[in-house]
Amino acid sequence: MSFNKVNKSVKRIDAYEKVTGRAKYGADLKFAGMLYGKVLRTKYPHARILKIDIKKALEYPGVEAVLTARDVPNNQFGVIIRNQQVLAGKETFYIGDGVAVVAARTEEAAERALELIEVKYQELPGIYDPEEAMKEDADRVHKELPGNQVIHHPLRKGDIEEGFARADVILEREYTTQFVEHSYLEPEVVIAVPHEQNSLVTIYGSVQNPYATQNAVASVLQVELSRVRVIQNHLGGSFGGKDEVISSMAARAALLALKTNRPVKMVNSRDESILESYKRHPYRMKYKVGATREGKLVAMEIKAVADSGAYACQTPFVTWRSVVQATGPYEVPHVKTDTYGYYTNNIYTGAMRGYGSPQVIFAQESLMDELATELGMDPLELRLQNIYHNNSITASGQRLDNHKVSLKEVILKAVEASNYREKYAEYNKSQSGDKKRGIGMAISFRGCSLGAEAVDAAAAIIHIQKDGSLDLYSGLAENGQGLKTIFAQIAAEELGIDLDRINFMEVDTSIIPDSGSTVASRSTLIGGNAVRNAARKVKAIIAEFIEEEYGDEFGFKAKDLIFKDNRIYVAEGKDVGDIKEIISFKEMAGKAYNAGVLLSAYGWYKAPEISWDEETGQGNPYFTYVYGCQIAEVEVDTGTGEIEVLKMTAAHDVGRAINPANVKGQIYGGVMMGLGYAIMEELETEEGYIRNTNFDGYLIPTVRDMPEIIPVIVENPDPVGPYGAKSIGEPTLELGSAAIANAVFQATGRRIRSLPLNLERVLIGHSLSKGGNR
Amino acid sequence: MKITITVNGEKREVETTPSTRLLDLLRDDLHLTGTKEGCGKGECGACTVIMNGELVASCLVLSPQADGAEITTIEGLGTEEELDPIQEAYIEAGAVQCGFCIPGMVLASKKLLEENPQPDEGEIRRGLSGNICRCTGYQKIIDAVKLAAKKLAGTGKLAGAGKSRGKGGGR
Ligand code: FES
Ligand code: FES
Repeated sequence: MSFNKVNKSVKRIDAYEKVTGRAKYGADLKFAGMLYGKVLRTKYPHARILKIDIKKALEYPGVEAVLTARDVPNNQFGVIIRNQQVLAGKETFYIGDGVAVVAARTEEAAERALELIEVKYQELPGIYDPEEAMKEDADRVHKELPGNQVIHHPLRKGDIEEGFARADVILEREYTTQFVEHSYLEPEVVIAVPHEQNSLVTIYGSVQNPYATQNAVASVLQVELSRVRVIQNHLGGSFGGKDEVISSMAARAALLALKTNRPVKMVNSRDESILESYKRHPYRMKYKVGATREGKLVAMEIKAVADSGAYACQTPFVTWRSVVQATGPYEVPHVKTDTYGYYTNNIYTGAMRGYGSPQVIFAQESLMDELATELGMDPLELRLQNIYHNNSITASGQRLDNHKVSLKEVILKAVEASNYREKYAEYNKSQSGDKKRGIGMAISFRGCSLGAEAVDAAAAIIHIQKDGSLDLYSGLAENGQGLKTIFAQIAAEELGIDLDRINFMEVDTSIIPDSGSTVASRSTLIGGNAVRNAARKVKAIIAEFIEEEYGDEFGFKAKDLIFKDNRIYVAEGKDVGDIKEIISFKEMAGKAYNAGVLLSAYGWYKAPEISWDEETGQGNPYFTYVYGCQIAEVEVDTGTGEIEVLKMTAAHDVGRAINPANVKGQIYGGVMMGLGYAIMEELETEEGYIRNTNFDGYLIPTVRDMPEIIPVIVENPDPVGPYGAKSIGEPTLELGSAAIANAVFQATGRRIRSLPLNLERVLIGHSLSKGGNR
Repeated sequence: MKITITVNGEKREVETTPSTRLLDLLRDDLHLTGTKEGCGKGECGACTVIMNGELVASCLVLSPQADGAEITTIEGLGTEEELDPIQEAYIEAGAVQCGFCIPGMVLASKKLLEENPQPDEGEIRRGLSGNICRCTGYQKIIDAVKLAAKKLAGTGKLAGAGKSRGKGGGR
């Protein structure tokens, strides 16, 4: 298949405004009469609020409003379970809970007013460890609930007892992972404008998921959805992070805006952002695996417990993805897994790039190497013996038969690009000196899009102006990943026009239908199909119009028309490629307008059917999967324990790369984020308090930490994806930690089962300070 | 208090307070919002500007310290018609994702290339080590700097050319 606009590394359509500083992010917006909003947060992770006195704060010059939980019409919101409070009324559940909000004419006045709010707390004991929360007699984090369990997903396949009875070797291991901060470079911001045009309130800002925010605000205000309009702005990164935290911020700003009848802007400082925003779930995972002496997996039993923190947030779905991916891309006849989420008084946890997969992959891919060591096998050969192929049956009982299961191809390409075999043999020999090298790998299969989590459909609008220029709307949002460019490429491909004729509009909930959230690496696949659908509808209208106008004269039918190079052609002569121009796209648009033809269309795409039985964890949870393999090469200074990642090879089957340059960009970025997860990043918590609330304490990779990264794009077009395209955003991050841990093991002989792999762990095998990589 | 600063070639008198950060003065008083705030603590580089020829984190500079200074912000690079070669290179190399770090990165690149028109990879890494990017994994940013060095050498333009000529362009 040959393409004109897709499968090409075209330049990003939003790069110009970003390199010139013209791109407006939330914090750059100003409105006449705008006030500044600030939040007073609790002093204690868990406390009863006995009294709040706002009198002095209200009297402070410049202060226009001070609101508490009492002023919130409906104080509970949430996408899955509605138990997150907009403002804490009677009780605070975690250290980021807001207690009051202030709107003032200046930021200084708002900050000063916060100090004048008098709150009387009664500090309460809290639960800071999910193991504690699980105990029968544990206090309940939320008194109105029967217990601390947010969710339990069981999965049963085959007969686990029988499976282990057949095993020659059984290994039991425990792995843990940490709280991680998204660290999007732009802290959260929201501006609520009251009574703008015909909406009750309009929300601007760093909104990842405009519909989720719209729903939350409408439900908090107890008004109809059409009264709340959310317009997205340039977003300074999100990685799953600007969802619930933005919803709550938007609800607070909306309340203040309606109270004062003035626009209210709220911008978090970095410290506020880290203190309040949800994190990646820490997991504790017990794995038991059984295999034959020849290295065939026969049984796997898993218990995984996720810390949900104070609220349910996305825990039910995050843990659900863990269920599907927990056994890895391996054929295992007998499987029993139990995945749980528990409430604690820790900071709450939610969506972050990977979404429940990086944790289980760290465990299960470390385990595969441990098993290989136990069996005296090469880890690569052990994997190749057990991986999924076409027609394999997954742990959830799904037969993989509707797309190319390319895992073997992906692995072998990564092995080749990294020179794995040679290096593995070389580093197995004894190494002199303090610095030791190792190489390690990890592989995965990943369900694309939402799967059985929620409705999986998206919309797009294409609107052609009478001069042939085009406005493109999508219900999914640019987060920085490059969605605008990808969607514009798809529209341009279908309509045969240049990208510079396409104006990509920001998401506006009053214009385009609810398309769900920009999550789960679903945009290209689901949103891309919606854009294609819209483009094809407009194209059909145009073709029909052209046939009516010129069909008789030139003797062709609508279906014979060819759209390319900003023109419309018809095939002529016998040779393929002989074409004759009928009209330019621009001229066509003018004529169609004058003839009263509608040149706009809504596109819609709904994902194929899937199924899931929550009791047994069986079904077809996703309609297609992507496959990845990453190989890490490290050097460990056994004197200091320092780990240097020298090289990461990342091979990913993306179906088809709509924009190969963008795919590589995703790989570089995801690999680096995975590297941070593996060796540097950890939000340090102690009894619910957070110790590192800025980048001086929470360290993320800088350019100096960057290894050589070799991206390998593998393309096996998917029958469902637009032009065969699937996903790339999240798979890039989920593999690094296990690959690096496996490489560190080869280098040092030390197996580290806890993330991050810090200096102490490398040196002495366990961490010295509680929760510290510093 | 009043201070005088020359921003992107244009001399400005600004009424401010001693505790106002240069970052806020640029963003709020001069409406040059291309300079971003990512941490407020000198850790991320999103607020980077060039002040008297040096890279500074504008979140750490108080307005009196900027009195009399010459400042270049991202808005001062290139012109309406013609981008600075560094900006072009960032676009061509695909170095931009969310874009929030980019103004700071571009200015850090500019300073680097002014001092060292042909930096090697290690020098590029050192030059950009004060700027965090969470999206790109840095690879394409390094590629962009290499490309910019080539462009600048090719056109015979010094990295400094075109500097401060934008008449506060982009506002
Ligand atoms: S905002 Fe100044 S260095 Fe981060
Ligand atoms: S492009 Fe997003 S932080 Fe650099």
